[in-house]
Amino acid sequence: MSSVTRDRGSQSPETFSYDDTIVKWFVIATVAWGAVALLLGVTIAFQMAHWKVNLDLPWLTFGRLRPLHTNAAIFAFCGNAIFAGIYYSHQRLLKARLYSDLLSKIHFWGWQLIIVSAALTLPFGITTGKEYAELEWPIDIAITVIWVVFAVNFFGTIIRRRERHIYVAIWFYIATILTVAVLHIVNSLELPVSFLKSYSLYAGVQDALVQWWYGHNAVAFFLTTPFLGLMYYFIPKAVNRPVYSYRLSIIHFWSLVFIYIWAGPHHLLYTTLPEWAQTLGMVFSVMLWMPSWGGMINGLMTLRGVWHKVRTEPSVRFMATALTFYGMATFEGPLLSIKSVNAIAHFTDWIPGHVHAGTIGWNYMLIAGILFYLVPKLWNTELYSKKLGHQQFWFATIGLVMYVVSMWIAGISQSLMWSAMDDAGKLVYPNFVETVIKITPMYWMRAIGGTFVLISFVMMIFNLYKTAKSGKVEEITYEAYPIDDSSLEPNATPHRVLEGLPMIFSVLSLLAILVGSAIEIVPSLLADQYVVKVSAIKPYSPLELYGRDIYVKEGCYTCHSQTVRPLGHEVVRYGKASTAAEFVYDHPFQWGSKRTGPDLARVGGKYPHMWHYKHFWDPREVTAGSLMPRYHWLFDQKIPFNDIAPRMRVMQKLGVPYSDEEIQGASLSARTQAKEIAQELVQSGVPAKIENMDVVALIAYIQRIGVDYGSIEDDLVAGDQETVVEEAE
Amino acid sequence: MEILVILIPLALGLGFLFLLAFIWSALKGQYDDLETPRYRMLLDDQGLKKISHHSKKEEK
Repeated sequence: MSSVTRDRGSQSPETFSYDDTIVKWFVIATVAWGAVALLLGVTIAFQMAHWKVNLDLPWLTFGRLRPLHTNAAIFAFCGNAIFAGIYYSHQRLLKARLYSDLLSKIHFWGWQLIIVSAALTLPFGITTGKEYAELEWPIDIAITVIWVVFAVNFFGTIIRRRERHIYVAIWFYIATILTVAVLHIVNSLELPVSFLKSYSLYAGVQDALVQWWYGHNAVAFFLTTPFLGLMYYFIPKAVNRPVYSYRLSIIHFWSLVFIYIWAGPHHLLYTTLPEWAQTLGMVFSVMLWMPSWGGMINGLMTLRGVWHKVRTEPSVRFMATALTFYGMATFEGPLLSIKSVNAIAHFTDWIPGHVHAGTIGWNYMLIAGILFYLVPKLWNTELYSKKLGHQQFWFATIGLVMYVVSMWIAGISQSLMWSAMDDAGKLVYPNFVETVIKITPMYWMRAIGGTFVLISFVMMIFNLYKTAKSGKVEEITYEAYPIDDSSLEPNATPHRVLEGLPMIFSVLSLLAILVGSAIEIVPSLLADQYVVKVSAIKPYSPLELYGRDIYVKEGCYTCHSQTVRPLGHEVVRYGKASTAAEFVYDHPFQWGSKRTGPDLARVGGKYPHMWHYKHFWDPREVTAGSLMPRYHWLFDQKIPFNDIAPRMRVMQKLGVPYSDEEIQGASLSARTQAKEIAQELVQSGVPAKIENMDVVALIAYIQRIGVDYGSIEDDLVAGDQETVVEEAE
Repeated sequence: MEILVILIPLALGLGFLFLLAFIWSALKGQYDDLETPRYRMLLDDQGLKKISHHSKKEEK
């Protein structure tokens, strides 16, 4: 059956043991960071229900905590769980100890350090402003290094394996490691301004495409493929049954990896992304439905004959429910990718609902199922309390259902209110805040649902702690024969070297792709002649550029979009639909993915400076019922006038046409513009010292958004684009 | 949209890489047997001989 039982040639057995210590460490990190991620999630859920939960503290506002929540949930909680599960199953499937204990330790501590540095930067507004990739460039580099350490440790183990056959779970792990490396590197290309500030190499629509190509595939190759691999090991183990169909597992694996990479543009439907790219993304997303369900069916059918264990074993109950939610989320995903459905759902709370059906329903539940199997195995004992496990299951499930259902209701209600128009073509709900107040009860319900999930997690920690505490550490040494091909290929080179070649080949070709792409791409991105410009669209002034950095820093994009879709009601509500030319200087793009507040693509000049001044001091002074936090610290922080020139210098390198004179005069220009804005404010009774404060820079930026494009005559926009689009020299 | 110049080759490149991996695995006989791999994870003791077994109470 396995190679070791066949002809052993002249080889002698080798003794080895599995490295379970590293698995334990990753298990402990998983539960610890999981609790942090959920606590953050509950916090920001309450912040959306009631603005006072922001506590008027800069580092606790929604815009800064939301990126911390998503990063903690994906990379800290799910990441550590993936490493724990992979390191446990990989060794056993290959009958080999991990390649290097040292690399394992570097991997563990490096990853925890990355998480800690995320926690020490994001709340302080140190962010790149790209969703799910907010970490600044030094941390991006650290992630790359640690990922390579993981890859070497992983592939090294494959090379040293004592089992020729590579089980399907390992294929899922390989796809994860290779693809995440490519995604992370390409999306994180940025030019540093200082140690903790950088600008994305790409601008506008290109940045958006790279970002969502990454963003969607982070879901695919960080939250899906590794977990499917874990599912193929741990579900059969937990129920002691073979996989339902190995053939199906192979077919759905290969179709998933070929299709997933093309689905990203479904995040950008109705934006200024070229139509064909949108259609491509939509078609591939719909195609994904089948391979996704292949995994669900295979997992659930593995439970044939042991369905009673869903009732009796907490681990099996969690795993079966995880598969069910996976099936639900992967049906909902293709549905949401269809353009007409997306027109309703995009920018609404339906999307966070969908995402959490995946992350809580699939990832958390599967992790819980795996931990209930793994912790008793690792600590050589029995689960402390099955009853507590079942109670945890109900808390988690009820909480999740509350979350998903409330977000469906909130999303669809709000979307219908946004698009409601009367017979005269006027908006029925012209005030955006009306549509927010309407769904606030749903935000409360979501926050309560989230609290249930958090409680369930605490129950799990207690249960697992008691389990581990009652256990014993066991070190088993095994003896096994190395794989041997002598019966198949006499005179062949030593076997494992031969088997290792394809691995080395994969890594080398991957490097080749990356280097080749970099050589090809970077110059084209930096070259002026590739940037299509509309003459009316000018770069931001120094003060506006700094104001935009504040916009990014405060995470405004987590609640406000900056792109008007060409849908009737949006054009009536916000103004002209966006075009690609508007965003050519936007490093990074700030289109956002959620409208908790209104779109801002046409906000420039809509309100007087004083309106914004009051709004940042307390949004409720101008918009009763607003959920937005106060930003009173912007009134105390001074604008670093002398720090603006280096930022412009980097922008210039990225192709933004700032002249050297403009950069040298940045400080003066910024002071002059700040003074002008402050003068208008001072006339309304504001203290004169305001002209040096951050809030003025942010107002300058907000008042600029969409202004250049708005100045273009409507008939020119509607008519021949060629007349307004001109190639720069 | 020059970014497509990188993204499309990259996506195709990744696809090509996976294709090579698939061909390699098929030629190597990874899929010749679709029956026993179903039991793989259940048989992880096979071919292994336990030779020692230390256990100690975990110190916390």
